Amino acid sequence: MEAVVQNRKLRLATTSLAGCFGCHMAFLDIDERLLDLVERVDFDRSPLTDIKQCGACDIGLIEGGICNAENIHVLQEFRRQCKVLIAIGACAVNGGLPAQRNHLSLGQCLQEVYLTWPGIVSGQIPNDPELPLPLDKVHPIHEIVRIDYFIPGCPPSGDAIWKFLTDLLDGRTPRLGHPLLHFD
Amino acid sequence: MTQQSILLDGLPVPFEEGQTIMDAAMAAEIFIPHLCHHPEFKPQGSCKLCTVKASGRYVSACTMPARDGMEVENNSPDLNDKRRTMLQMLFVEGNHFCPSCEKSGNCMLQALAYELEMLSPHFNQFYPNRPLDASHPQVLLDFNRCILCELCVRASRDVDGKHVFSLSGRGITKHLIVNAESGRLADTDFSLTDKAAHVCPVGVILEKRKGFAVPIGQRRYDVDPIGMQVERLAHRTTTEEEI
Ligand code: SF4
Ligand code: SF4
Ligand code: FES
Repeated sequence: MEAVVQNRKLRLATTSLAGCFGCHMAFLDIDERLLDLVERVDFDRSPLTDIKQCGACDIGLIEGGICNAENIHVLQEFRRQCKVLIAIGACAVNGGLPAQRNHLSLGQCLQEVYLTWPGIVSGQIPNDPELPLPLDKVHPIHEIVRIDYFIPGCPPSGDAIWKFLTDLLDGRTPRLGHPLLHFD
Repeated sequence: MTQQSILLDGLPVPFEEGQTIMDAAMAAEIFIPHLCHHPEFKPQGSCKLCTVKASGRYVSACTMPARDGMEVENNSPDLNDKRRTMLQMLFVEGNHFCPSCEKSGNCMLQALAYELEMLSPHFNQFYPNRPLDASHPQVLLDFNRCILCELCVRASRDVDGKHVFSLSGRGITKHLIVNAESGRLADTDFSLTDKAAHVCPVGVILEKRKGFAVPIGQRRYDVDPIGMQVERLAHRTTTEEEI
C-alpha cells in the first residue's frame, strides 16, 4: 500500500543567544554525520545558513541564555515557529558562564569593563541605539518560554548531540546516558 | 537465630542488628542515592536523597534501622522522580556552574544528577550572592555550592574536635559559617590534615593549587557512574585518594 503521507524532510533552526558558539562548534563535531543529517532535515534560520528570520520549523536548537532584550525577542520567535524547542548547552540550561555576573549590579559590570579596568584610556559605556539593552540578570531560557528538551554540557559532545537528534528523528524518546550526559 | 533480612525492591537483603537500611543495602552492593551520608560519620538524615518507602512510609534509608521482614521500595520511578526534584531544588538554590567548578567529575551532587538523568534545573534559579573565603593558605571555601549536608560540621566537631564549621540561620536563610570572630577560615585552627578538609561531597572545601591536576573527563564519576561504585562508597574514608 502506498504511504498516505510522503516522508517529508523536517526543518531545523538553530541560534546562539548569550552563548559562545561553542555548542554550534560541537554540533559541527558530528563531522561527516552532517551529510546524513542533511538527508533528513533542511536548515532554516541558523548561523550555518545565514537566514535571518525563523520560518515554521519542526525543531529549534537554542544555545546560550538570555542576557539582553534581543535574546528574548529571538527566543520568542523560535518558540512561535518551532514545534519542538531544545535548550543546548550549559548557558541555555542554567545561564552558564554569563550568569556568573548575576551577583553584581549591571552598572558595576559596565563600569568595570568599560571605565575602570586597568589599561583603559578614556573609555565609555557603549550607548548606540542599535545595541540591544542588557538585562539586569542573565537567565536560562526555560525561565522565559516552555522548553521541550535539554542537552546539558559545556559544550555537549558531538556524539551526545548526534544521539539526541537521531533519537528524536527516529521517534524515540531522546536519552543521554553515561558517558554522554555531562554538565562540564 | 536465623539471619534477619529486609526485602529491598523484592530482594532479600540480610542485615546485622543495629544496621540501617542504607548499611544493609550498601553491604549488598545495592545503590541508594545519598549525599549527606558518609560511612565514617554518624548519619543525620538531612538531604533526603536516600528517601525510600518502608512499609508504605517515606523514610530516610540512612537513619532508619532495618527490621526483619521490612519491605523497602528503593529504585522505583516514583522515588527517583522525587529524588530528581530534590536535586533540582539543590541546584537552583546555590550557584552550580559545573564547567568552572574544580569538583566537576568528582562531585556527588553532579554524579547523582547524571544517575537520575536530571537534564535541567526545572525551577527558577535563585542566583544567591555568596562571597568566597580564600583567606586560608591551603584551602579555598566556595560557599556557592554548599548543600548544607553538614558533613564538614560533623567531621570537624565529632572527629577533628575543632568545631570549625556550623550552620546558621533557618529555612531559606540557612547557611554555612566558619566559627571565628572574623568569619574567616584563616582565623581558625583548620588545617589540610583535618578530616573536615576532605569530606565535602561537592565543590565547597577545595585544596588550593591542585584543582585541575586530573583533567575533566578522566575523573571519578566520568569513568563510572556513581550507581556502579557502591562498593567504593560503602568503604570510602576521608583519606581516600582524591582523583
Ligand atoms: S559542586 Fe558539583 S554540582 Fe555544584 S558546580 Fe561543582 S560540580 Fe557542579
Ligand atoms: S561545605 Fe560541603 S560538607 Fe560542609 S555542609 Fe556544605 S556541602 Fe556539606
Ligand atoms: S543520605 Fe540519607 S538523608 Fe541524606
